[in-house]
Amino acid sequence: MSQYQWNWSVVLEQVSGTEEFYYQWLAAGLGWTVATALSAWVLALVVGSLIGILRTVPSKPVAALATAYVEVFRNIPLIVQMFLWFFVLPELVPHNLGIWMKQSMPLPEFTTAVIALGFFTSARVAEQVRTGILALPRGQKNAGLAMGFTLGQTYRYVLLPMAYRIVIPPLTSEFMNIFKNSAVALAIGLTELTFQMRQITGEYAPANPIEVMTVVSALYLLVAFSVNRVMALIERKTRVPGYISGGH
Amino acid sequence: MNLDFSTLAGAQDFLWQGFKYSLTLTVSSMVFGIFFGTLLAMARMSSIKPLSLAAAGYVNLFRSVPLVLVIFWFYILVPLLTGVDVGAERSAFLTFAIFEAAYYCEIIRAGIQSIPRGQIAAGQAMGFSYGQNMRYVILPQAFRNVVPLLLTQTIVLFQDTSLVYVVGATDLLGAADKVAHRDNTLVEMYMLVALIYFSISFALSQAVKRLHARIAIVR
Repeated sequence: MSQYQWNWSVVLEQVSGTEEFYYQWLAAGLGWTVATALSAWVLALVVGSLIGILRTVPSKPVAALATAYVEVFRNIPLIVQMFLWFFVLPELVPHNLGIWMKQSMPLPEFTTAVIALGFFTSARVAEQVRTGILALPRGQKNAGLAMGFTLGQTYRYVLLPMAYRIVIPPLTSEFMNIFKNSAVALAIGLTELTFQMRQITGEYAPANPIEVMTVVSALYLLVAFSVNRVMALIERKTRVPGYISGGH
Repeated sequence: MNLDFSTLAGAQDFLWQGFKYSLTLTVSSMVFGIFFGTLLAMARMSSIKPLSLAAAGYVNLFRSVPLVLVIFWFYILVPLLTGVDVGAERSAFLTFAIFEAAYYCEIIRAGIQSIPRGQIAAGQAMGFSYGQNMRYVILPQAFRNVVPLLLTQTIVLFQDTSLVYVVGATDLLGAADKVAHRDNTLVEMYMLVALIYFSISFALSQAVKRLHARIAIVR
């Protein structure tokens, strides 16, 4: 450690043998991290909401199926799920589709990462949405039905608008988790931020890993902080007067 | 699509070694994580400002960065700082103990905060020192309140140990991956690993659910 040569400007240096600079690699990595997390979040919200709602409907078989979905996606490690989508699924689907997935699917690493991360997170979102719906007084659903709403309308206009507001804090931490979990996609070759860090500290600038790791960690902290602020803003904008933290 | 599990017989010793490593890493990280997490929680709630700020900084830092990144941190830093090449398997023990402490800390802090204030005052009135009060009055109740959360976090931890794969350690996933590439049985091996993780995590989470119903303190 005593002979460690500190060089904080390493990230500004040019990658030897190329026209590129290290900070450009890190910026590209950050771009993939954000793109993957945001796309997967859209998928997780849509699928997770649907599954969460299905877990609360009166039909027993439907609710049981939705519960099974949540258990499967919650009890297999994310990295294993990535491998299942990336390496196993193309072998299990019809032959031609498998060939297409392996050879001509656009952006294979990115697409797979978004799908794997999206479905993984959807099980967690489903749990939160369900919790939000169950937290509402039973009378709200009955009131909706008594007004002549169909079950679908009751969910759409009575239950969900309140349920989502209740679960904004836990959804915030899921949203922050999805940015962190996107780093797992380096295992299937997505060139996101941690992948770039490993590449730079491993092969290109092995003499200065601490500086590069510090910069990358700071970028993750920045992302976490920004997401937290955005969600706090949404929470403030959507709060309902008369509820806890709802103001007057 | 034909599945071929015939190579499994020859590989089972190697897979068992990997699985044992995964379990050892999980249990060791749980023990050290809960121990350091308890100290951190006490530090975070301390009235000594610098101590509570340092503990809060520690917890927020580790909760804001990806575990994969922290695994690389220690994998690269430990040999650099100590001059000894400890290898991926051993550096992971340090990584997980330090990383998980931040998560366990928040759970234990919630447990301590759920104890009515009067309990602390009662302990002090009995003449207990801070340490005795924590040891005999606060922590036993706090832990009892959060046992299900601690166990749920441990199931998450068990699944997260598979991430040591990224530095080439031979845990369950790492062992299966090596067998898969040697025998060209990627599909079979990954499905087997998924099934093992699912069975264990699912069974444990069902057990935690039942335990939760049984040990809840009735007030």
